[in-house]
Amino acid sequence: MKDWAFGLTMTIAGMGVTFLTLYILTLVIRLMDRLFPYKEEKKEEGK
Amino acid sequence: MSWTDILSALVSGFTSLTWQSAFLILLGCALLYLAIAKGFEPLLLIPIGFGVILGNLPLAGLAASDEGGVLNIIYNAGILTEIFPCLIFVGLGAMIDFGPLLANPSVLIFGAAGQFGIFLTLLLALALGFGRQEAVSIAIIGACDGPTAIYVATKYAPHLLPAVSIAAYSYMSLVPIIQPPIMRLLTTKTERSIVMAYGEKKVSKRVKVLFPIVAGLITMLIAPMGAPLMGMLMLGNLLKESGVVGRLADVSTGALVNAVTLLLGLCIGCSMLAGNFLQWQTILVFILGLVAISLDTVTGVLLGKLMRVLTKGKINPLIGAAGTSAFPMSSRVVQKEGQKANPRSFLLWHAVGANTGGQIGSVMAASVMLAILAGMGIAPV
Repeated sequence: MKDWAFGLTMTIAGMGVTFLTLYILTLVIRLMDRLFPYKEEKKEEGK
Repeated sequence: MSWTDILSALVSGFTSLTWQSAFLILLGCALLYLAIAKGFEPLLLIPIGFGVILGNLPLAGLAASDEGGVLNIIYNAGILTEIFPCLIFVGLGAMIDFGPLLANPSVLIFGAAGQFGIFLTLLLALALGFGRQEAVSIAIIGACDGPTAIYVATKYAPHLLPAVSIAAYSYMSLVPIIQPPIMRLLTTKTERSIVMAYGEKKVSKRVKVLFPIVAGLITMLIAPMGAPLMGMLMLGNLLKESGVVGRLADVSTGALVNAVTLLLGLCIGCSMLAGNFLQWQTILVFILGLVAISLDTVTGVLLGKLMRVLTKGKINPLIGAAGTSAFPMSSRVVQKEGQKANPRSFLLWHAVGANTGGQIGSVMAASVMLAILAGMGIAPV
């Protein structure tokens, strides 16, 4: 593989996977926040 | 043995000193000056600067390459094994608060955009004639993260380790100088003045505890090559957020990170020898490192401008500059620039979220690069 092809592969794959992973994390965080919202925790502390 | 022999032995240190070693000793002194008098990253530049002096003393046996020397033993044990960067990440994880990120996960996108400079610099380094492994090791300076840069450079271009690590740490401390002109160039005052709603959203403790576990698992399964760094980062954060191992969290942010920082700095310094440092490519490494961090800022701010358009003016483009891994300097720079444009603007909360996202993004970017190199059959040195 030529160097420019290597560099392009790295760039596309590297940025692609990085963006995709962080997007997945965004979804996971939103899911966790729905499953364990802060309000419910307040009610549990009040019990 | 004659008196001449005795005298020769006593002055051998002076007679063995080359101009190259003397120059590097002076450079070490310059690093000490920057650290002590100017306050540039003293925790790192003092051990590095003194390590440079020790490593370049003739006949002292204190260079990283002097077999059996005390610093050689520490270098082999901590740098070549990549243990030091991993241990520092435990401490870093224990210091990071992912709260602002968890309250507003959309800013993670800036953490991805802030890594673009790494790959653009990779292309530039290849175009300038650096080999693939060298180009990767230089480009990772754009991660704005010393341990990550050391981790990658140790694997693929150990002869560039002194230049890469000093560039990485120096530019991290220079972020308040590098970023603002770029931010001002790419934005209008109106854009910089945008007031973002202050993040009052609270996050439950359960989410804060689960995040390092879940995020760690996901990222390490996607890019296992980065698991040593990502795993240690998330371990440190879990120690802090769990709330049940205060002693371990304290030692992580205190004794552990301080001890490793000291030894890491010494090892980097004592590996900076005339033979591998005083070359034209060292200057290129420093220039490319600066380019990498500058491009990170450019791409982050440009994404910020796009987000401003897409959200109809709710996003201040400046927070894009916080998507680098230079935590917490970048977020403070964003806060300062925002307040310069509009004293009522308080961007720190959002910038910290982007900044911590950048920390994750930089490790992901490095992990992917390592995975691709391994997939291409390019083995570590």
